[in-house]
Amino acid sequence: MILARVQPGPFDAAAEQAALLAGRSDLGAAVSFTGLVRADDGLVALTLEHYPAMTLAQMQAIAATAAARWPGITGSIIHRHGRLVPGEPVVLVVTASPHRGDAFAAAEFLMDWLKTKAPFWKREEWADGTTRWVEAKAHDDAAAARWQA
Amino acid sequence: MIDLVYFAWVREAIGTDGETLAVPADVTTIAALLDWLAARSPGHAAALADRARIRVAVDQAFAGPDTAVAGAREIAIFPPVTGG
Repeated sequence: MILARVQPGPFDAAAEQAALLAGRSDLGAAVSFTGLVRADDGLVALTLEHYPAMTLAQMQAIAATAAARWPGITGSIIHRHGRLVPGEPVVLVVTASPHRGDAFAAAEFLMDWLKTKAPFWKREEWADGTTRWVEAKAHDDAAAARWQA
Repeated sequence: MIDLVYFAWVREAIGTDGETLAVPADVTTIAALLDWLAARSPGHAAALADRARIRVAVDQAFAGPDTAVAGAREIAIFPPVTGG
């Protein structure tokens, strides 16, 4: 079971992990990944827009895919939206499983799929007030080619 | 009538976060819908100029250019996602 949440406010990675592990004695590995706003080139803020009607369902579908692929996995994924400043956490993936291989693999899978399948868009903001939408990375190009006339 | 919703720079270029439109019966696929929408205003045309940078969801599920428009209640148009 992997739980998904979308929220504007911060999260407590340690508390989320502790909640996963509480009362469990069968788990041998816990992985926690936090994505942070990085102050590239003087960036002052990152605003995450999302598609409220779709976001949580899509995150739950991603979580269900991971849960089916790694049957022993438990986890949580949390994605924030709104305006965030450098140093703030954006996304959390915590996983736990009997052995470390599954916990690492599922965490990486969840992040890769969150980045390419969850409907969020980042807008960068600089000190002079200019803004720019972040472009999708090269690994999205194959899917993009289907749209070429 | 179909609710169209727009996000990120697609929303900014079109100038609204959504509109409810009566889509002509001969607009049967997402590809045709994008062509039809692009002719509505210079903002629509600019937003939809580069189809390689456009993604679509029909009733909150990702769709392709050949996905049928018939029966759709909400069609979202947006750039490739950049979350995470």
